[in-house]
Amino acid sequence: MLDFSILTNNIDTYLEGFLNTLKVSLLALILSFILGVIIAVMRISPMKVLQLAGTAFVEFIRNIPLILILFIFYYGLPSLGMELSGFQAGTIALSIYTAAFIAEAIRAGILSVDKGQMEAGRSSGLTYIQTMRYIILPQAIKIVIPPLGNQFINLVKNSSILGVVAGLDLMYFGDSISSATYVVFDVYIFVALFYLILTIPLSLFVGYLERRLAVTG
Amino acid sequence: MDFIGAYSLGNLLFLLKGLGTTLLVAFIAIIFSFLIGSILGILRYAKIPVLSGIVALCVEVIRNLPLLLIIFFTFFALPEVGIKLSVTMAAITALIIFESAMLSEIVRSGLNSIEKGQIEAARSSGLTYMQTMQHIILPQALRRMVPPIVSQFISLLKDTSLAVVISLPELLHNAQIVNGKNVNYVIPTFLLIAVIYFLVNYSLSLVARRLEIKERTNRKSTGKVLPAKHQAGEMMQ
Repeated sequence: MLDFSILTNNIDTYLEGFLNTLKVSLLALILSFILGVIIAVMRISPMKVLQLAGTAFVEFIRNIPLILILFIFYYGLPSLGMELSGFQAGTIALSIYTAAFIAEAIRAGILSVDKGQMEAGRSSGLTYIQTMRYIILPQAIKIVIPPLGNQFINLVKNSSILGVVAGLDLMYFGDSISSATYVVFDVYIFVALFYLILTIPLSLFVGYLERRLAVTG
Repeated sequence: MDFIGAYSLGNLLFLLKGLGTTLLVAFIAIIFSFLIGSILGILRYAKIPVLSGIVALCVEVIRNLPLLLIIFFTFFALPEVGIKLSVTMAAITALIIFESAMLSEIVRSGLNSIEKGQIEAARSSGLTYMQTMQHIILPQALRRMVPPIVSQFISLLKDTSLAVVISLPELLHNAQIVNGKNVNYVIPTFLLIAVIYFLVNYSLSLVARRLEIKERTNRKSTGKVLPAKHQAGEMMQ
């Protein structure tokens, strides 16, 4: 049976890790959303150079492991004379990695908005950026919300890599509790439960959004 | 940065060896995950009382956990309950647990994508449930599952790098060893393995995309050539 005294004795440590996991996930979600929108707009812009740069970013980042991006920032930058904490390196790596996936979701959302909307916006005198900002993006966002929710779930799960670089998240504190108590099995079961507290409700909510969107079209 | 030193023949061969481990572990894991994932997916699809519910619960729990946690667990926690696995076995086991759950969802949505009318038609033409699954539903569903399975394999290949935390001698781990020799090797080595991961995964993603286009055109053309009435007539013979 599970030894619940491990949970109750270390509840402060667990909660600190839990809150930091939540913090890094939210922070990375905001940063990757901003970066993702920029890249998505680059990919569908009329300028060939921007399109190419956007595509190159998405294809390259999507096809390399997240932990490699983290290691480049955590172990690679110091050799260029720039030190980052595990938390900072983790947030940057998560944001860059997730941005590539969010950019794809947003691009799909934008492309699903009827072309006539862009033409109408442009011919009524708005600039390309204005049409995007006021006409296309507000409509695209509805379609983009369920995949964004999925990316947030992935972010919460992926944030566990912070544990590898002492990033003060749930995984990291799980590790420190288990080295203090010499217990592994129970400690990590409780870590798992803390992750599930975040991810299961999120999955249910995203599933609900997906079904609702499927009905309304 | 020392590109020439980092890219010495010895280092390159050592990294290639790591790539070999990455590919091998990913390949073994995807095969077992596909087998287990298919069983789980079919069990969930079949809506057997109690059993399907238990499978659904397990799949959802595993899908919502970080893979890194599962890797930690199989290597550090299982010995506490008497299951001692080598590094390679722990990595493969963790990947299979996680990917089986992922693949079961692909299998289930592949099965769900086959129109219900097909089951009804097969059943009313006298086939048993098992025969219907084997001859009618599975062959069609399998073809539709191939592109997402290739995509999942790409994820798996990337995820294999997480086993660096238990020192599986895969590509990232070997890169870290090369980096340990000289600080100036770090950036060149990481750039090189990033390119290696990219080349392997990008070519796989091109395969996935081609299969997807082929699958989509297939579905369209069979729809045109064989209308529902014609298919029903064929089954009668």
